[in-house]
Amino acid sequence: MNTIRNQFSSLHQLREKAPVFLAALFGITIYASVCNLWVPEESVFYVSTYTITLLGKYLCYALLALAVDVVWGYCGILSLGHGAFFALGGYAMGMYLMRQIGDRGVYGDPLLPDFMVFLNWQELPWFWHGFDQFWFAMLAMLLVPGLLAFVFGWLAFRSRVAGVYLSIMTQALTYALMLSFFRNEMGFGGNNGLTDFKDLLGFNLQSDGMRVALFLCSALMLALAYCLSLLIMSSRFGRVVIGIRDAEDRARFIGFKAENYKVSLFVYSALLAAVAGALYVPQVGIINPGEFSPLNSIEVVVWVAVGGRGTLYGAIVGALLVNYAKTRFTAIFPDAWLFALGALFVSVTIFLPWGLMGLFRGKKLFNRERLPWFKRRKNGGETE
Amino acid sequence: MTMLENVKRTVRRYQTWPLSTGEKQPAIDISHQVLLYVEGLSVSFDGFKALNDLNLYINDGELRCLIGANGAGKTTLMDVITGKTHPDSGAVYFGQTIDLLGKTEAQIAQLGIGRKFQKPTVFEEQTVFANLELAMKANKGIVSTLLARLSPSELDWISEVLDTIGLKSHYQMLAGALSHGQKQWLEIGMLLIADPRLMLVDEPVAGMTAQETERTAELLTSLAGERTVVVVEHDMEFVRSIAKTVTVLHQGSVLAEGSMSDVQSDPAVIEVYLGEEQ
Amino acid sequence: MIKHIIGFMLLVVTAVASATDVAETDLRQISQQLVGAKLKALPAVVKQLEAGGESALPLLEAMLKGRLYIRKSDKLIVIAERQDDGDYALVDALSAESLEASPKKRLKKVKVNNRLRVQLREIIARVTLSSEDPKIRESAVRNMLNKMSDRNLALLTKAKDIETDKKVLAVIDLALAINDVNNTNSQALRLAALEVMDGSLEPIVFNTLSSLLARDDAGNNIEADAAVHAKAQKIYDRIQQKIDFYELLEQVFFGLSLGSVLLLIATGLAITFGVMGVINMAHGELIMIGAYTAYVVQLLMPNSLEYSILVAIPVAFLVAGAVGVIIERCVIRFLQGRPLETLLATFGISLILQQTVRSIFSPLNRQVSSPSWLSGSLELNPIFSLTYNRLYILLFALLVFFILQLVLKRTSLGLHVRAVSQNRDMAKAIGIRTEWVDAMTFGLGSGIAGIAGVALSQLTNVGPNLGQAYIIDSFMVVVFGGVGNLWGTLVGGFSLGVANKFLEPVTGAVLANIVVLVSIILFIQKRPRGLFPQKGRAAG
Repeated sequence: MNTIRNQFSSLHQLREKAPVFLAALFGITIYASVCNLWVPEESVFYVSTYTITLLGKYLCYALLALAVDVVWGYCGILSLGHGAFFALGGYAMGMYLMRQIGDRGVYGDPLLPDFMVFLNWQELPWFWHGFDQFWFAMLAMLLVPGLLAFVFGWLAFRSRVAGVYLSIMTQALTYALMLSFFRNEMGFGGNNGLTDFKDLLGFNLQSDGMRVALFLCSALMLALAYCLSLLIMSSRFGRVVIGIRDAEDRARFIGFKAENYKVSLFVYSALLAAVAGALYVPQVGIINPGEFSPLNSIEVVVWVAVGGRGTLYGAIVGALLVNYAKTRFTAIFPDAWLFALGALFVSVTIFLPWGLMGLFRGKKLFNRERLPWFKRRKNGGETE
Repeated sequence: MTMLENVKRTVRRYQTWPLSTGEKQPAIDISHQVLLYVEGLSVSFDGFKALNDLNLYINDGELRCLIGANGAGKTTLMDVITGKTHPDSGAVYFGQTIDLLGKTEAQIAQLGIGRKFQKPTVFEEQTVFANLELAMKANKGIVSTLLARLSPSELDWISEVLDTIGLKSHYQMLAGALSHGQKQWLEIGMLLIADPRLMLVDEPVAGMTAQETERTAELLTSLAGERTVVVVEHDMEFVRSIAKTVTVLHQGSVLAEGSMSDVQSDPAVIEVYLGEEQ
Repeated sequence: MIKHIIGFMLLVVTAVASATDVAETDLRQISQQLVGAKLKALPAVVKQLEAGGESALPLLEAMLKGRLYIRKSDKLIVIAERQDDGDYALVDALSAESLEASPKKRLKKVKVNNRLRVQLREIIARVTLSSEDPKIRESAVRNMLNKMSDRNLALLTKAKDIETDKKVLAVIDLALAINDVNNTNSQALRLAALEVMDGSLEPIVFNTLSSLLARDDAGNNIEADAAVHAKAQKIYDRIQQKIDFYELLEQVFFGLSLGSVLLLIATGLAITFGVMGVINMAHGELIMIGAYTAYVVQLLMPNSLEYSILVAIPVAFLVAGAVGVIIERCVIRFLQGRPLETLLATFGISLILQQTVRSIFSPLNRQVSSPSWLSGSLELNPIFSLTYNRLYILLFALLVFFILQLVLKRTSLGLHVRAVSQNRDMAKAIGIRTEWVDAMTFGLGSGIAGIAGVALSQLTNVGPNLGQAYIIDSFMVVVFGGVGNLWGTLVGGFSLGVANKFLEPVTGAVLANIVVLVSIILFIQKRPRGLFPQKGRAAG
C-alpha cells in the first residue's frame, strides 16, 4: 500500500513528474541566454535578441495556456475569456511602465502619460495613482483580475451556469472589456493602448541584458506555475476538481461544494493568466484593447487542445508548437494562417480529442473508441 | 451592528471562513426515534404534481423500502431530501431540529445523508481507490482537501470498504471501466465510506446478476440498525427479501405502508397495481 | 450703358414671355442661352426660364444643386450625376431622356453664384407654389418656412387666397403665423398667430418659440409682452411634450429595428442550439455568406436592381443552408454530445469561411445597393419618420419568425425536429431519422442566417467581418430568451434591442452594450436557463 500513498501524495507526484520538464525548460532558457549574452554575434551559436524576445513571448503564452488548461482540462470550464485576465495583468504592468516614462514622453509632462496630454486631461485619473510604485502595480496586477474572476465565477458558478452557457458568458465578458478599453474616456489609452515604454525598475527595456532577464523571469514563472499546478492537481483538491468535471452531482452529494471549488480554481487560473500578461507586456512593448478580443482567448483554447488538455505539460507544448507554427506561417504565407488555424480547430477536436499528449499516453487516452468512425461502426452507424 | 464590529469580526485572527473549512456539524436530535420527517410535501413541474402532500417518517436504524410505479414520485422525493429539488410546500426535517429545506446538496451530504443515484454515478476518469478516497468522511473544505494526506487509518478504512464491495482487486482500475454492476457496488461503497446516518439508495440492483443482487441484499440488511437505509426498488423479489416496512407511493403521495404482506393484500394497492379486477 | 439697355430689354421680353406658357421648343431655345453665357448674364436667362413652369423645374433644381452641365460635343444642357465608376450619368435637362454616360472632361459645368442661388430658389418656390399637385405645393411652402423673406411672404399671402387644399392651407397659415409672431407688434395678432402654431411639430415652430422664450445675458426675458410670453411658454411646453413622446417612439422604433436584426440572427442560433445543443460559432459567417450572396446576385442581374434583393432572399437561404448542411455532415455529427468541442470546431470553421471570403472578394467592404422601394422614409409628421429599410426588415423578421413557427408546428419536419429536441433517444427509437433531422435543422438554422445576411446587407456594408458585429449580442439573446421555445428568442431579441437603444442616449453606444451584457450576466443568476427554459424534469 506504500505505492498507493505515493500515488496520492502530491509532493511525491511532483518529484516524479516535474524534473524532466524543468530540466528541459531551464536547459533551453539558459542555453539561449548564454548564447545571446556571451557568444559573439558572428558565431553560429549566437542567439539573437529578437529570438530571445520571441521565446520569452512564447513562454508567456505557455503560461496563459497553462492557466486555461487548469480550468478547462481539469474542471471542464471552457473559458473563452481568459484573454481578459491576461490583458488586465498586462495593463497593470503597462500602467507602471507608463508612469516610469516620466517626463521623457513626447509631450514631456512629468506626471501625465502622453495620451492623456493629447486628450487634454488636466490631472491623473484616480486609478492611475500608485502605479508609479512597482509593488503597487504588481499587487493590482494580481488583485484586479483575481477579483474580477472571483466576482464573475461566484455569480456564474453559484447559479450553476455551466457548459456552453458559461463559455458564451466568458466570451461576452472579454468582449465587454474590449469595448470599454477601446473608449478613450476609460483612461487606458483607448485604441492605441499603452506603449513607448522606456524602462522597468530602472533598467532599459531595450537592452540585451534586460531582454534576457525578462526571458529568464518568464521561464522561472512558468516553472513555478507548472510545479504549483502539478501540486494542486495531484492533491485531493485536484481529484475533487476532476470529479466535479466528470460528475458534478456526485461531487455535491458526497459533500463537496462544487461552486467553491470552481470559483477558487477559476481565480487561481485567472491569476496565472494575469502574471503571464504582466510578463508579456514589457517584452512586446505594447498593450492595447486588441488583447481582449474574443479571438485571442479562443486561440489559447486551441493551443491547449492541440497539446492535450488535462496534462499541464500538454498545454505548454501546445502553446509553443502552435505559436512557433504561427510565426513561421505568417512569415511565409500570411493569408494562409487563418486557414491553418481553422483547420487545426476542426481536426484536433475531431481526431485528437486529447491532443498530442493523448498520443503518448498509451491506451488510456489515445482511445480508438473516441474516434468518430470507430464509434459509429461499432454501434452499427448509431451514436450514443 | 456597527461597522466597527463588523470589521473586528472580519479581522479576528482565529476567524475561519466557510470557504476554507468544512462546516461544524450540529448534533442530530433523534429523541423521538424518528430520523427523517417529511410532512405535507408538494412539488410540481409545469402543472404536473410529482409530489402531492406527501408524509413520511423514517425511524432511526430502520430499513425502509419505497415502491411505486414510474412517476409515483420516488426519485423526486429523494431529490427533495438531498436538496436537488426545492418543494413548493412542506417540510423536511432531519432529526428533531435540522431543517433540510434551504440547505445545499453539499451541506446535506455533510450532515450525513448519502445518496446513490438511479443511474450509477461515479467519477469515471478516476480509479476505484480515488473514488472512495474522495467519498470518505473528511473535512470537505478547500484548504483541507488541498493539504489532505492519506493517513494509515484512512488507508485501512478504504481497504476495508474495498473488501466489503468486492472490488479489492480492481482498486487501480478506472471506475469508468467497471461493469454496470460493479459501478453500482462502487457507488454503494462510496456511500459506506462517507459513514452516513441516512442512506438513500435508488435502484441498487438494476443491472446486477442474481448473485450480486443477493450480496447486495445481505449488505443492506446488515447495515440496518447502525444506519438508516431507504431503498427505492422495482425488483419485488429483492424488496421482499430485505424489507421489514414498505411504503407504496402513488401519484405523489403515500398509498399504503406496512409489512410486505400487509401491503400486498391492501385493496388500494391491488387496485392501483392490477387495475379494475379486485 | 449698352449693357443696361440690353438687360432692360430682356426684362421686357421675359415679362411678355411669362404671360403665356412656353412650349418645350421655346424653352430649349431659352435654355440654350445658358451655353457660353457669362455669370452676369445668367440671371436674365434664368428669369426667362421661369416661364417654362414645371417643365423647367428639373433644370432649375439641378442648376441650384450644381448638377447642370453642358455637353461639349453638342452643347446640350444635361443633368449629370456621378456614378460609382467615376463617369457621369447624363439626363437631358428638359426631356428627362437618359443619355449615354460620359467622362467628366467632356462636360462643362454651368456656374452658379450665391446671388443666382437666391434667385433660383425664389423662382423654384414660385413655380412650385403654382403647381397642379397639392403635394408639390405643400413641400414648396414647407421649404419657404425656413427662409421667410418679404418676397416669400407676398407670395404666400397671394397663394393663400387661391389655395383650396386644406393641408397646404394649414402650412401656409403656419408660415404666416410665424411671420406674424416675429414681425408684428399687435398683441392680438401675435396671440392669434401663436394659437395657429399650437401643436405644430414643424422644427421651425419650435425654434421660433424657443427664441421667443430666450433670456438675455442678465436673465431677463427678451420678449417684452408678458401675455405673449406666457402663451408661448404654454404652447412650447405642449410641443415639447409631444416631441418627447415622438422621440420615445423613435427610440422604440430603433430598438425594435435592432431587435429585429438580432431576432433574425438569433432565431437560427436558437434552432440549432435548442434541437442539437450545438452553439454554432460559425453562425456569423453564415450571415456573411448570405450578405455576399445578395451582393453576387446583384452583380449577376445589373439590369433589375429593384428586384435582385427579392431574388437574393431564397438564393441566400439555399446557399447558406447548403453550407450549413455541409458543415453538419462533415464536422458536427462527429462531435455529437460534446458541445464544447463543437463550439471550438465551429469556431475553426468560422475562421476558414472568413478567410475564404477574404481571398475571393478581397477584404474590402462591398456595397449592396438598396432598391428604391427600400430607400426613403415614411414621414408620419415633421419630426417622426420611419426609414423604409428598417421598417421592412422589422416586418420581414416577424414574417420569417412566423413562417418558422408554422414550419415547426405544421410540417412533418417540424414535428420531427420538436421530437428530437425533446427526447433524442425516444425519437430515434420510434424511427425518426435523427441524423437527417439534425442535418435539416442545421440547414434550416443556417438558411435563416443567410436570410439575415440579406437583411443586414441593406443596413451596412458587406465585409468579411459582417457577422462578428452582431454575433455576441445574438448569443446573449439566446441565453436571455432560453431555448425552450422560439418565443423566448422573440422577446429576448426585442427587449435587448430596445434596452440597448434606450440606454444609448444616456450612456453612449459602447457603454450601453456593456450594461446590457452585464445585466444579462446578472439575469442568468436568477434564471440560469433564460426566460423560457426547456421544460420537463430532464432539463433539471
